[in-house]
Amino acid sequence: MIDKKHIAIIGGGIAGQEAASVLTGLGYKVTILEKNERMGGMLNKWSKLFPDFSSSQLVLDAVKVATDKNLNVICNADIFSVQKENGRFKLSDNSSLDVYADAVIMSTGYNLFDATLKEEYGYGVFENVITSADFEKVHKSGEKLTTADGKAPRRVAFIHCVGSRDAKTGNTYCSKVCCITGVKQAIEVTQMWPECEVFNFYMDLRLYGSKYDALYLEAQKHHKIQFIRGRLSEVSERQGKELQLKAEDTLQGRPLRMKTDIVVLLIGMEACKQNEDLCRDNALELDENRFFKSKNIYNHRNSSTQSGVFLAGSCICPMSVNESLESARSAAMLVDKSLKVQER
Amino acid sequence: MEALLHRKIFRKNPVLGYMHMSLAFGWFLLIVVGHLETMIAEHSLFVPFHKAVFFRYYEGFDEFFLSGLFSFLMDFLLLFVLSGLMFAIVKRFRKKLFGLRRTTHLKSGDKIALTSLWLIFPLRLLAESTSAAVYHNGGFLTSGVGAAIDFIGNPAIFYYPLWMAYSLSLGFFFVALPNSRYMHIPTEVVFIFLRVAGIRLKKQNDSYTDVQVFSCSRCGICLDKCQLSVAGIDDSQSVYLLKNIRNKNLSDEKLFNCLMCGRCQVDCPVGIETIELRTVQRIESTREYNSSYDYLIQEVATKADVVYFAGCMTHLTPRVISSMKKIFATAEEDVWFMDEVKAPCCGRPLMLAGQYEAARKLIENNSRMILDSGAHTLVVSCPICYKVFKEDYKLPDVEVVFHAQYIYDLIHSGKLSVDTSNQRMVYHDPCELGRGMGMYETPRKLLGRIGEVVHMKDEKEYAFCCGGSLGNLKISEDKRKLLRDQALVTYEGFSPDILVTACPKCKKTFAAGRKLKVFDLAEIVAGAICVDSLSKEKEILEKQEADCYAVEGL
Ligand code: SF4
Ligand code: SF4
Ligand code: SF4
Ligand code: SF4
Repeated sequence: MIDKKHIAIIGGGIAGQEAASVLTGLGYKVTILEKNERMGGMLNKWSKLFPDFSSSQLVLDAVKVATDKNLNVICNADIFSVQKENGRFKLSDNSSLDVYADAVIMSTGYNLFDATLKEEYGYGVFENVITSADFEKVHKSGEKLTTADGKAPRRVAFIHCVGSRDAKTGNTYCSKVCCITGVKQAIEVTQMWPECEVFNFYMDLRLYGSKYDALYLEAQKHHKIQFIRGRLSEVSERQGKELQLKAEDTLQGRPLRMKTDIVVLLIGMEACKQNEDLCRDNALELDENRFFKSKNIYNHRNSSTQSGVFLAGSCICPMSVNESLESARSAAMLVDKSLKVQER
Repeated sequence: MEALLHRKIFRKNPVLGYMHMSLAFGWFLLIVVGHLETMIAEHSLFVPFHKAVFFRYYEGFDEFFLSGLFSFLMDFLLLFVLSGLMFAIVKRFRKKLFGLRRTTHLKSGDKIALTSLWLIFPLRLLAESTSAAVYHNGGFLTSGVGAAIDFIGNPAIFYYPLWMAYSLSLGFFFVALPNSRYMHIPTEVVFIFLRVAGIRLKKQNDSYTDVQVFSCSRCGICLDKCQLSVAGIDDSQSVYLLKNIRNKNLSDEKLFNCLMCGRCQVDCPVGIETIELRTVQRIESTREYNSSYDYLIQEVATKADVVYFAGCMTHLTPRVISSMKKIFATAEEDVWFMDEVKAPCCGRPLMLAGQYEAARKLIENNSRMILDSGAHTLVVSCPICYKVFKEDYKLPDVEVVFHAQYIYDLIHSGKLSVDTSNQRMVYHDPCELGRGMGMYETPRKLLGRIGEVVHMKDEKEYAFCCGGSLGNLKISEDKRKLLRDQALVTYEGFSPDILVTACPKCKKTFAAGRKLKVFDLAEIVAGAICVDSLSKEKEILEKQEADCYAVEGL
């Protein structure tokens, strides 16, 4: 009977695709609904991965689901409603698309924090203030990072926790991956410009993953990257588009001013705006950070508050690539289990 | 008269206004007319006070000149007061009927006073009615009720007990008065008199603060205006502040849990200066820390016609600074950007926190710099700064101008020209600029030259606070969000293209709400500068840049 069951997956990033390949492998019919033109989600924007600098393309290629008679991929499908109808789920987008499914996996991923909201850091005002996502774009293009007028930077400052752990921006949680991203990108800057001084301003370093600490040590030892504990208060522009930072060095307990050519903001992860729509016509709920709420964060991390709807990847909370893939596989196994229980 | 009538309550809430007027003015007239009546009956200009109040008790069967008319008048007034009392009783138990969401909590002194106040007039009615039944000296009301009492039983039995109860309730009321909110009855008259005489609060406690504190009637009108209740804060509003000052049990938790937004001050029928009173309390309750600003003293001023002081908040909104720079350059103004590199504070946040001495040091240093520059105009883009520069700085021959006014004047004099668009804008009145400084029209006129400013109910003196206020040192970030969203959701309801404000703090607070695009009016103007004035600006900027390269030798 498995081949008669149909599972809809909302979001075709790495989590959605990974879940799809597990489920088609088990013989289910699967439809991936992706709101963008192409699959792959946010990882498309990233160049190299922490902690070992392998190309993100490797992961994208690996998760790409083999063309399968049981798999249907629909792009440009911006689902805004999930409703239960006669024991099945009806998914609709703004046009006339309706998809019916026996189970649903949410893998809507995350949004990047809009750095213009932290106006004091000058993103969108000063040309030499960029975000970690902008940095990845430069890196991916194979170019070197330069100031807006094309010069080699003499000094670059990375700012941790932009839009995370900051009640003023409305996000009090830690985005988990930006510390290690900051370490990785700092090393990449020194690889581009060995003479360039690099500073990372952090509140505390959260290097939770396997091999992350090793990378941090390497950054200090081999790349002479300086880590300053202190939160940036504001950035202003001096003559010649040079930037001035004002911060508090909390280890030395004194205010600090520094001139720099480029500032890179390590922006955090936010829940997708669409999550709110997706909760409207069913029992799905969001947690206090606007990510999908799990039925229970220990034993039922991948179960939502609506039976029959499962959660995968960073729509649950900020996750690294590894964690997203693992989360997707467990969501798929859970779908299988629940459909088999229904069968009996 | 104002103390008795309170036209402000009428404007706000006619039913409540009637209630206050019938009780206060009615009672006042009862006393005056009663006194007149007694004077005529006794044929004397000097009658003992108790005789007038208890006139019907003493009157007996005597007929005198106009006694019929007086009985009618006195009964009519009593009815007037009773009708107000009825409203008051209904209000206490059914506040929603009065359009009030909240009414004040009472303490025991208040309860005794309130109960006796409630009893005074019904008892007076009953006592006078029994007199009317016994002596047939009542008016239309008391005779009627007297006849009813006569019907139930012998009025002579009720006669003494009722007069006794009436005098007791009156006695209780005056004993409880000094300890209750009704102390406002004697104090308010003094306060209104002093206010009309032009006396204002200073930065320390004195007898005038006491007069204000005792003038609060605890009507609770300020509670209804206070947004803090949206965030579930229900014990730090002005009425409670005044009560706590009076009872000498004010905690810092309550003193500093206020946005200093001034919404309560607008509607207070007594006209109590709630914000200034709180500021005085904060100054008096705060221990000064030893602040040294010696590092600022070494700064040297630059000569210029105009000084621009951005302030620490504007430094957090670099878009506003770059817009101001663009405007200055286009208008070819000779400007010294005083706090571009080293940013001294204007002193007001310290003042709001009660650190008055520390604030004074900053004020002295900033004043020295501004005067040394020889400028005739000081431009500020933060209303928080504007208020302190206007009120606490002494800058002879320097005009302190808010950027909205300054930009408006530039456009008016033809130094700056702007394009119009059909953008629909909601303008948020910053507390400090609107209620704080009374500037409502200039920003609207300025924005009106560029787009369409939507009219709303909750604007000008009735505008919301954005919730980001520097004045509140206690409220949590979560609660601030509730206040912010109350304003944002209302503004969203007008479906504007953008939200415009004139305060960097409001701008940042609203932007974090992610509901509407938020701009400072300087950004709107900078974005609307005509192209031909722009090319001029570019030329100047390029020249400036060339100059600075030459200086730095880069
Ligand atoms: S991972 Fe690091 S930079 Fe990111 S939010 Fe957490 S502490 Fe801040
Ligand atoms: S402060 Fe004014 S509005 Fe508030 S209770 Fe007192 S008198 Fe009424
Ligand atoms: S100033 Fe504002 S916050 Fe403070 S009591 Fe009055 S209305 Fe409430
Ligand atoms: S008032 Fe403010 S905002 Fe304005 S400069 Fe002073 S502290 Fe800053």
